[in-house]
Amino acid sequence: MVAAMSNSAAVTASTWITNFLERLPAPAGELEAVQWRGREALSRQPLPSRRQEDWRFTDLAPLTALAPVPSPSSAQVGWPAPATDVFRLWLDAPDDFLNGQSLPAGLSLLSSDEVQQALGHTLAACNCEQHWPVELNQASATRVLALRVSGAVAPTLELVSQAAEDGVMRPVRVLLLLEEKASLEVLQIQLGSGCSLSSLVMEAHLGRESKLRHGLLALGEGQACFLGHLAVEQEPRSQLESVWASHGWALSRFEPRVVQVDGEATTTLKALQLADGQQLVDTHSRVEFRGPEGQLDQLHKAIADDRGRSVFNGAVKVPRAAQRTNASQLSRNLLLSNQARIDTKPELEIVADDVRCAHGATVSRLQTDELFYLQSRGLSAAVAAGLLKRGFCEEVLRALPAAAAAWRPLQRMLGED
Amino acid sequence: MIRPEADTLLEIVDLQARVEDKPILKGVNLTIKAGEIHAVMGRNGSGKSTLSKVLAGHPAYTVTGGSVRYRGADLLDLEPEQRARLGLFLGFQYPVEIPGVSNLEFLRVSTNARRMEKGEEELDTFAFEDLVRERLQVVQMDPAFLERSVNEGFSGGEKKRNEILQMALLDPLVAILDETDSGLDIDALRIVAGGVNHLASPDNATLLITHYQRLLDVITPDYVHVMAGGRILRTGGKELALELEDRGYDWVDQELAVLEVA
Ligand SMILES: Nc1ncnc2c1ncn2[C@@H]1O[C@H](COP(=O)(O)OP(=O)(O)O)[C@@H](O)[C@H]1O
Ligand SMILES: [Mg+2]
Repeated sequence: MVAAMSNSAAVTASTWITNFLERLPAPAGELEAVQWRGREALSRQPLPSRRQEDWRFTDLAPLTALAPVPSPSSAQVGWPAPATDVFRLWLDAPDDFLNGQSLPAGLSLLSSDEVQQALGHTLAACNCEQHWPVELNQASATRVLALRVSGAVAPTLELVSQAAEDGVMRPVRVLLLLEEKASLEVLQIQLGSGCSLSSLVMEAHLGRESKLRHGLLALGEGQACFLGHLAVEQEPRSQLESVWASHGWALSRFEPRVVQVDGEATTTLKALQLADGQQLVDTHSRVEFRGPEGQLDQLHKAIADDRGRSVFNGAVKVPRAAQRTNASQLSRNLLLSNQARIDTKPELEIVADDVRCAHGATVSRLQTDELFYLQSRGLSAAVAAGLLKRGFCEEVLRALPAAAAAWRPLQRMLGED
Repeated sequence: MIRPEADTLLEIVDLQARVEDKPILKGVNLTIKAGEIHAVMGRNGSGKSTLSKVLAGHPAYTVTGGSVRYRGADLLDLEPEQRARLGLFLGFQYPVEIPGVSNLEFLRVSTNARRMEKGEEELDTFAFEDLVRERLQVVQMDPAFLERSVNEGFSGGEKKRNEILQMALLDPLVAILDETDSGLDIDALRIVAGGVNHLASPDNATLLITHYQRLLDVITPDYVHVMAGGRILRTGGKELALELEDRGYDWVDQELAVLEVA
């Protein structure tokens, strides 16, 4: 019986990928070769299954219920006007990304030769170039936003992708090369609704003493699914601060991976993920130190309500070469219903002996004493719970680039809009 | 101020309560009228905080007997937030820290909840800022505390001032202050006591829970109650507090022992 069931699941999965590949247009454009390779890989590689350790908690049923076809978009639904200090690019635009605009000082497009050379390099360095969600993106993305960053870029670069129509897939591919001492703030907005799939693969290479502030706001609705990979290579004395917030997707799987190639860099990661209804939100992060004196400060927060499910797996690798690494990882979770589930797991692999690595994980309910304190000041139980949830979220949300405020993340995440 | 004709605000009759399976309050009787200041004293563990939390409606405590009437209504029947909106205020012995929730926002929402109940209009952000700045002077508190998260990282004294600030904003009819004086240096004590005196009026009443005579040197109580073993063992005037200061609590323990044998 069990064998028969898993057999039929396997059949469905392989049919899904066959159908997906058949719906794709013929490979073309600057990423033609990458598309061929991605399709080739998908036709051989089975869909991730819960028998694999990395996918143990993550059922792909919401994804296989979709029949997505990559297509450019024709509309921007519900976008706020960009603020004055924001340079916005629409990643699903029917024409080219720039659409006549010129890039702000410090940003330039890579030539196609440079793209050929650099694309996939950081994915490989982070050991995720063959991950299934990456192959899915490579099989379908027809273009890449590839930018060189030199010096300090003044405006915030805002990259928006929206999948708002049933049956569409929006594969987004981004490549950023930060030269020595360059600095950039990027805000990525990923919106999904209806029966759609948003797929993101972003690579960033941070040269010595460069600085990247990165925010990702992934807001879904309904049956929409999100698959994302972020791969970052950091040279010594570079600084990465990446803040992401995810809410509302039927299925969201995000895999940020950071490699400090020679140590001595600073990595700050902050995340907030919310699951309610029957949603599943999953983050698998990995930070690897390949040299000494690297720093990591990671905070992962999650709220699971209703029958929602939150998964966090935080790998930190500190090999012998990474002496005097200072890493801390904290996972804080709020469980708001008896049927909700939270699985959180640090995965520390520490071989070096002279290191400081702290980690902690808490799963709790709203605290009775906090609720009572607010109620004793006249706030109803519901308003008190709302304030506490807001307080929990705000710690991460206020670390997003300032431009995120226009998208009203808190109101959307708490359903106040 | 004792006035026989004043309205009774709070009437506690034979109140019994337990936490989990442990009985703590074993028959408390206490009547508080408008204009009065009461002090409750007693050793650690005698049940003073439990009494205050039961009155405010903390869910950890179960009332197993007796009654509490607040301005004629059954207090124990009301949710904690309704009690607060109707003018019952508890200043916590250990004010709770709430990370991520702005103190200003919290004060505004709670003030408006009380105002609505009194039939007054809600204050918008600007009108509220004016009010809060005026009330800050009562406790001589730095406006910078408004921008922080509720009680987060406040020192003991700052938390207590924040409690009195809330009291000043909520304009309660019955204020229960649970050891608001402990952990305060003499200057902070004067400020807090000054705030309490400033807010006391013939229409409201205050119940001070304290260990120390020094608070009662600055706030003169009309009644002093001694609590032991979950009961009020004795009631007197302000001289009872001086007697406790003089003789200590040993005689209270002896009286309690006699009572518990009986
Ligand atoms: N939430 C609680 N859980 C367990 N025991 C409690 C709780 N609250 C109070 N108690 C117990 O009840 C008794 C009275 O405590 P409390 O009311 O705090 O006294 P006081 O304020 O007079 O020092 C003590 O023995 C205390 O340990
Ligand atoms: Mg106490």
